[in-house]
Amino acid sequence: MAEQTIRFYQVGSFAIGNRLVDPQQRTVQSDRNRWNSLTSGHRACQGCGQALGARYVLDAAMAATDGQMIVVNATGCLVAFSTQFPESSWRVPWIHSVFGNAAAVGTGVAAALKAAGDTKTRVVVVAGDGGAVDIGFGCLSGMFERDDDCLFVCYDNEAYMNTGVQRSGATPAAARTATTEAVGREPGNAFGKGKSLPLLAVAHGIPYVATATVADVHDLEAKVGRAMELRGARYLHVLVPCPLGWGTAPEDTIRIARLACETGLFPLFEAAYGEILHATPIRRLVPVEAYLRPQRRFAHLFGDPPRTDDIARIQGIADRNIRRFGLLGTDEEGGQR
Amino acid sequence: MSEHPFAVTLEAGSSRANLTGSWRVERPAYVDRLPPCNDACPAGENVQHWLYDAEAGSYEAAWRSLVEDNPLPATCGRVCFHPCETACNRARLDEAVGIHAVERFLGDAAVSRRWRLPEPAAASGFRILVVGSGPAGLSAAYHLARLGHEVVIHEAAPAAGGMLRYGIPAYRLPRAVLDAEVGAIFDLGVGLVLNRAVTDIAAAKAEGDFDAVYLAFGAQLSRRAYIPAADSARVLDALAFLASSEGAEPAAIGRRVVVYGGGDTAMDAARSARRLGAAEAVIVYRRTRERMPAHDVEVEEALAEGVSVRWLSTISRVDEDKIVIEKMELDAAGFPQPTGEYDELGADSVILALGQDADVAPIGDLAGVEVNDGVVVDDHMMTGCPGVFAGGDMVRAERTVTVAIGHGKKAARSIDAWLAGKPEHAGERHELAPFEDLNTWYYADAPRTVQPELEAVRRQTGFEEVVGGLTESNALFEARRCMSCGNCFECDNCYGVCPDNAVSKLAAGDRYAFDYDYCKGCGICVAECPCGAIVMVPELI
Repeated sequence: MAEQTIRFYQVGSFAIGNRLVDPQQRTVQSDRNRWNSLTSGHRACQGCGQALGARYVLDAAMAATDGQMIVVNATGCLVAFSTQFPESSWRVPWIHSVFGNAAAVGTGVAAALKAAGDTKTRVVVVAGDGGAVDIGFGCLSGMFERDDDCLFVCYDNEAYMNTGVQRSGATPAAARTATTEAVGREPGNAFGKGKSLPLLAVAHGIPYVATATVADVHDLEAKVGRAMELRGARYLHVLVPCPLGWGTAPEDTIRIARLACETGLFPLFEAAYGEILHATPIRRLVPVEAYLRPQRRFAHLFGDPPRTDDIARIQGIADRNIRRFGLLGTDEEGGQR
Repeated sequence: MSEHPFAVTLEAGSSRANLTGSWRVERPAYVDRLPPCNDACPAGENVQHWLYDAEAGSYEAAWRSLVEDNPLPATCGRVCFHPCETACNRARLDEAVGIHAVERFLGDAAVSRRWRLPEPAAASGFRILVVGSGPAGLSAAYHLARLGHEVVIHEAAPAAGGMLRYGIPAYRLPRAVLDAEVGAIFDLGVGLVLNRAVTDIAAAKAEGDFDAVYLAFGAQLSRRAYIPAADSARVLDALAFLASSEGAEPAAIGRRVVVYGGGDTAMDAARSARRLGAAEAVIVYRRTRERMPAHDVEVEEALAEGVSVRWLSTISRVDEDKIVIEKMELDAAGFPQPTGEYDELGADSVILALGQDADVAPIGDLAGVEVNDGVVVDDHMMTGCPGVFAGGDMVRAERTVTVAIGHGKKAARSIDAWLAGKPEHAGERHELAPFEDLNTWYYADAPRTVQPELEAVRRQTGFEEVVGGLTESNALFEARRCMSCGNCFECDNCYGVCPDNAVSKLAAGDRYAFDYDYCKGCGICVAECPCGAIVMVPELI
């Protein structure tokens, strides 16, 4: 096997595991004895992206900290479906905060550990896009600027799903929500509104910022691993499709997350100290229509006649991301691993 | 309901008390489907299964799986026209997996590492006569011997192998490879009588006290076309020519050779003629390239070696040093029609390769045997005469080595069942695994490893093998391009993508199990299974 590097073409490194791959190169999720930080019996909808994202991130963080970890969880779907009194789906030390102050609670837990002289136990704060992008943003920005020793993870499903699919600051342009109905010429959520929390986090100059999705576990776990190697304020933004709020089939959760990346609408990148270091190249570039069409929240774009101008504007957003983050990669990278 | 009084703090419990499986209206289920390669293999090989072993570097296990169906992998890896690769789903992603190259590698490894074919079962006491030692006869003899029967092959030629030896040139199938694989079958205790042409089957059966007979003496009668020829013209028959090039004294053919016909035999004859010193080898064929029956690989290799072709031409006369050809044109139905335009072509000899028919004379007056474009057999390869079976080129089917090997296997199983007086046990045939059911995202793009080909010049001067084999690392690489269509290969995707942790990962080789207490039936595992080995089935409600 000296003459060339054998790649595992049967699965590449795109599948969760592979009997032919060295155990060191397999994902935490492929481990028969993985932590299952979020266990069975939770009440998330069929095909919930957030349930997947929560297990992926926290299992990887538990593996990185050898189980020495405290989780702070802002109010949101994740709390609602995992902790129906008196039952809990959590197999990690876990604190529930109110909607807006999870980052501040995380800061407090980290300070308490420091006061107790515990340098081993780490703090992970998790929230939805509502608790991070909107309601919790003041506390989060404070946590960032003080460089408190917490990893903050936002599970972004692009609206307030728990309360009935209301628009958030992370809702994409043209998406229909309960508060952005596509009525008449209205496109759903207006173009030009909302904000990019990952880029806001980069602007805080903290040690580590990354984006990930539930469609690529290798990429997500590597980013959690790097984040846990560092101290100080770190931010991970994970796209978690919501079958209920997005109007997608439950079995399509991972496919939709993959399409978000392959269209360029959700760039995967890593940044440190205010600088974007690396973006994951798109492997098979597809037009935004491939991503939009399977989602009922964009169904009004494909009526009779279709709203080609709105679709073109969304394509423009994707094209801008591709330019800005260099998502077509170099020939060397070629989108292959 | 809770037995606690109103308004007290309860002890925390696990959500595992909440069996979310009750939400489900459809359940996922693991299946094994029939990969298109297996479906297409005329020898009935379980291609996906032996590639699975080869991928892990377990070459001997892979070979053992292979020889369950086909005792001649080194041979087939060279001469089979691999319908498996034509059917391969990977062709729709990048290029088909080089199945034949891996098969050949495994067959060669078995020869060089001296792996022994599986030992036969306990003796059954039955004696079976096999007539002909070509691929059909050898395959039947092998499978019958494994089932514990005593097998004797009667072969008319001075060596075993049939068309493998006397029809396929050595540059496509080196004789050392053929001898090793054929020898391994006789090492199992199969009897061989050489130079014994069976002229009366009924007599041969009675004489040897055989319980059943398998006829596999092929199609040896060359078809002729009436062509006016000068007395001094040299006209040869392709089969005889190919057989002579196997011997010490090949037929004299001169410098300019014309081969008449468009099948694989014509290609082999023209390529052999080049190797025997013909400066020009021209194939004359009455139709077009698209309509030529020869396999593409053979045509390509022949052209690369300097063989030329006169398309849309028939030979109307043969003289001592030239032939006259008439140009043809295709009519609306695609049949060649004469145009009345003639041309001359210099030729020292003409080799006729116009096809073969089965010589059914030995059938004699065997009761019940029907002959219609070959010997007629039923679904169990049995002729109209009970206990007399037939296969290979002498029955009506595609005439390839691999089809013959498949016939031999099928006939052996039928003979075994017939001797035991039991109905034949037909294996369960799974549903086909279509390309549409794969999630090809998980298969990285990979080009096929190209077999190193000998220099074109070198091929024209001798009978060395033309296409080289794969090295071990290349073979492993090629095997790992298999997508395992319809059969779990333990990639852990279903285990990883379940939002409800409702998939258990079992010990290596045992795959996975669903925990239906918690499975909500979302179907992500089905959508993300790379190889389409999970289906959703309605829940009985």
